[in-house]
Amino acid sequence: MLAGSTLIVIIVAALIWRSFSSTPPTDKPLGRNIRIWIYGLGLVFPMSVLAALLIYALVVGERLLPHLDDEVVRVNAIAEQWRWQFTYTDRPEYVSEGVLHIPAGRPVDVAITTRDVIHSFWVPRLAGKLDAIPGHVNVLRIEASAPGLYHGQSAEFSGKGYTGHTFIVQAHSAADWARFLAGEPM
Amino acid sequence: MNALKRHRLLTRIWASDSGWKRCFTTVSHTDLGRMFLGMAFFYFAVGGVLAMLIRAQLASPDAAFMGPDIYNQVFTMHGTMMMFLFAIPAFEGLAVYLLPKMLGARDLAFPRLTAYGFWCYTFGGFMMLTSMLVGLAPDGGWFMYPPLTGPAASPGVNTDVWLLGVTFVEISAICAAVELCVSILKFRAPGMSLDKMPIFVWYALVTALMILTAFPPLILGSILLELERAIGLPFFDAALGGDSLLWQHLFWLFGHPEVYIIFLPAAGLISTIIPVMSRTSLLGHGWVVASVVALAFLSFGLWVHHMFATGIPHMGVAFFSAASTLVAVPTAVQVFAWIGTMWHGRPQLQMPMLYILGFFATFVIGGLTGVMLAIVPFDWQAHDTAFVTAHLHYVLFGGFVFPVLAGLYYYAPLVTGRRRFFRIGEYAFGLVFIGFHGTFFAMHWVGLLGQRRRIYTYDADTGWELINLISSIGGFVLAIGLAMVLLDLALNAIVAIRGKRNPWRSGTLEWSMMLPPSAYNFASLPRVTSREPLADIPDLPTRLARGEGYLAVPRDGRREMLTVSTTHAHPESLVVYPGNTALPILMAAVTGSFFLSLLFKIYWFTPFAVLAVAALAWRWVWGLGSQTDEEDQEIGFGETVPHAMQTDRSQGWWGSVFLMVADATLFGSLIFGYAFLWTIAPNWPPPQWLAFSVWEPLIGVAGAAVAIIAARQTPRPMQRRSGTTTGMPHLLPTWQSLLGLSALAAAFIGLLLRTPLPTEHAYGAVLCVISAFGLFHALLAILMLVFLVFRIRRGFISSRRRSEVEIVKLWINYAALIGVVCLVLILSPVLFT
Ligand code: HEM
Ligand SMILES: [Cu+2]
Ligand SMILES: [Cu+2]
Repeated sequence: MLAGSTLIVIIVAALIWRSFSSTPPTDKPLGRNIRIWIYGLGLVFPMSVLAALLIYALVVGERLLPHLDDEVVRVNAIAEQWRWQFTYTDRPEYVSEGVLHIPAGRPVDVAITTRDVIHSFWVPRLAGKLDAIPGHVNVLRIEASAPGLYHGQSAEFSGKGYTGHTFIVQAHSAADWARFLAGEPM
Repeated sequence: MNALKRHRLLTRIWASDSGWKRCFTTVSHTDLGRMFLGMAFFYFAVGGVLAMLIRAQLASPDAAFMGPDIYNQVFTMHGTMMMFLFAIPAFEGLAVYLLPKMLGARDLAFPRLTAYGFWCYTFGGFMMLTSMLVGLAPDGGWFMYPPLTGPAASPGVNTDVWLLGVTFVEISAICAAVELCVSILKFRAPGMSLDKMPIFVWYALVTALMILTAFPPLILGSILLELERAIGLPFFDAALGGDSLLWQHLFWLFGHPEVYIIFLPAAGLISTIIPVMSRTSLLGHGWVVASVVALAFLSFGLWVHHMFATGIPHMGVAFFSAASTLVAVPTAVQVFAWIGTMWHGRPQLQMPMLYILGFFATFVIGGLTGVMLAIVPFDWQAHDTAFVTAHLHYVLFGGFVFPVLAGLYYYAPLVTGRRRFFRIGEYAFGLVFIGFHGTFFAMHWVGLLGQRRRIYTYDADTGWELINLISSIGGFVLAIGLAMVLLDLALNAIVAIRGKRNPWRSGTLEWSMMLPPSAYNFASLPRVTSREPLADIPDLPTRLARGEGYLAVPRDGRREMLTVSTTHAHPESLVVYPGNTALPILMAAVTGSFFLSLLFKIYWFTPFAVLAVAALAWRWVWGLGSQTDEEDQEIGFGETVPHAMQTDRSQGWWGSVFLMVADATLFGSLIFGYAFLWTIAPNWPPPQWLAFSVWEPLIGVAGAAVAIIAARQTPRPMQRRSGTTTGMPHLLPTWQSLLGLSALAAAFIGLLLRTPLPTEHAYGAVLCVISAFGLFHALLAILMLVFLVFRIRRGFISSRRRSEVEIVKLWINYAALIGVVCLVLILSPVLFT
């Protein structure tokens, strides 16, 4: 996408550059000019680029969405000024604060909501962001390919403590995840 | 009468007051346009200083320069000032100054309204500036999402400053938009049919229409949020059936078109300047106009793309994603029309052209990053990072500031009548260009590395330090460059030598007048026969000064202007403008007292402020008109036209229509909000529905019907067939209308009193607002009817002087219609629950 953008910028720059050095083209018929500039470059060119981009986006976007899957682990993320709490469907009585535990290599659905103002759940290396909105629950599908720690943060301005409104996602191996669910200390 | 004598006479008639009074009583568009621009650039400077504070804070990690309290105020005020106190007023200033000159007119349609708008802007801006100086500025980000800005999370006065201040300032935008629409459609030089209007006028017309349809959702949102904060009506509180997403919809229904409202006038300047600088005419004029209109329509379908991360359904995302990228098409048409024009002609690298090249470089990049943002998967990653901030500045700075600077250099000779002498401008441009790209290219980059926007500091181990430092240095280079631009413009305006008329050899009317422009613009109004009158008739200025146009004879010390038919611009009527007056500033001050009473929660004073506004409005219109019929008037070229007050469709009627467009949009947004809460918000249904009763709909609808039917009879004069036409109209239908509207108002009062639990559920809260909306319109129409009764009694209305009757009728019909729709909205759902 970056390459394409750069290419377009270069083409436009070249056109402008040329317009300063071209011979006074009063002899060129205006009708031909309109065909080239308006129909060709103004209409056909952007439409074809956009169509291509859009198809690409829809295909990729589809893949990012949560789909029904038996293997999916469900967790809940509850935001608040300025902390994150996480609860787990498979371990109902447990609440963790500031750290979200997930199994690695398995899809996880995070149900996101908030107790006060709007926040946004964002773990850059795992998925795009999704807002936590009062009265609504939004579900985000994430998947960590390997065990480890991933930094997460709120990405919606929430007042004074916004800068430090972060959390950590800890992805466990299958064995560790089983121990976590069993309630053993980690 | 020779040219000099005509000049003296006209100057005496049109001149603003002299001395210190001038600034307070002027209603001249030339004065007010300059005042608007001056004030807008003052706020640009203030916003720029705030930007420097931001960049100073972010220059190094863990900076201790500002804490989050202050930082939040600083970036909120930076965004708010740049959008509301700089960009929009700068457009208003440009349009107010230029349009009559481009249209071959002597002033805008409602000179006093121009002044009122300016003073509302000034006072509202001052209110916000003061709040910043005392450390109580808004701090919720420029889009002020509740519940962060709601009563629980932000109890302080900061948020109220934003809601009330911005609404106050927006009055000026609405005034200007109404005025520009009427001026463009009716106040043109005879012969300037729509297809002969200069291209900038088209852009201004579309922009004005967009203001009328984009600002009302925000005004509504501000009213609702202020109601929630002041008296606890829970529109945005999810626990009580409200929804914070409603604010986001209302805000972006405004906010997205806002970007185009800012961009289009700038594009209009480019479309004006490029052909002149290239010694040719605009390639594909019709296509450019069509693409501007298309852009306006599309921009209203796009607001949701600011809400992709809020979890709206996938199909919705796909639709808006597609629509968002679609705006690239009309934009591309314009960009390639500009480049094509340059190919076709012979571009010259003068100062204005330099800034246009700067625009191209910046805007094309900004547009491309915009397309990237519109692609959903990408937006999920980049949303709310510095990448978005950078994109936004590429579009706003590239798409607005660069073209406006081009415009300033282009029009400076017109405003000052002087020739550029000092050559600081070229160096300043270099600094601005390098500084800008240094600042914001770096911000794209650091955004992709994950730096969020609106954070007040960051850690030293993030790897962002160097990039932020580069960005900050760029920011300061940019600031120095901008300061040099101002210095350059000021120096050249004050000390440079007189220049010749039409230095760029343009073909449009604004260059066919004396430089600097006289108080009356045109000694006589041109008869236009082509899109570039000045190119066809190079000695047009002298001819107009000699009186070879319309309205060449100054009469009775009156400020005269013509209105024309909308499409073909045949002369239609003669307008006599009001003279210099302090009424606008007084009215703005009283309006300000209304907002201040809300801000300081002195609610007992609010009704008095409203009464004072009504009283001044009464005086405002009372001063117009005449107690005797006037004969049709000679206007030159052997044509005669009636006086505007003796027509059905006076400028006041047109102004009312455009005001209604804005009002109806506000009403539409309210209906949208009602439906949205009902269907989407959590915690519905409400604990208690409104009980149905037949009385209110019966009384209300009957009242509305009586009002409308009686109003149709209102203009009938007493038939005195004996000869003279000076019959006073019957008062009976007026009383009947009044009775009908009173019944309608009573129905709403009844509903307001019966509404269940307005502070305990959004349902009741919305019903209250709808009833109040209907009541307000009924009362407004009642006030107008009472006014009409007095006017008839005092002999201001006759069978010929009927324009006021037509205006009041229009408002009666509108209020009755709104009232009936309100009743249906409130009562029909109750039947099904
Ligand atoms: C004079 C040069 C300018 C500089 C150096 C500058 C710099 C900045 C920076 C660094 C931010 C980010 C604040 C943050 O996220 O923490 C920002 C935000 C913003 N700027 Fe500018 N800016 C400039 C001019 C403008 C102009 C001309 C406009 C509009 C016409 C504008 C509109 C905004 C808006 C709307 C925001 C968002 C505020 C918010 O997040 O609530 N800026 N600016
Ligand atoms: Cu947008
Ligand atoms: Cu954009």
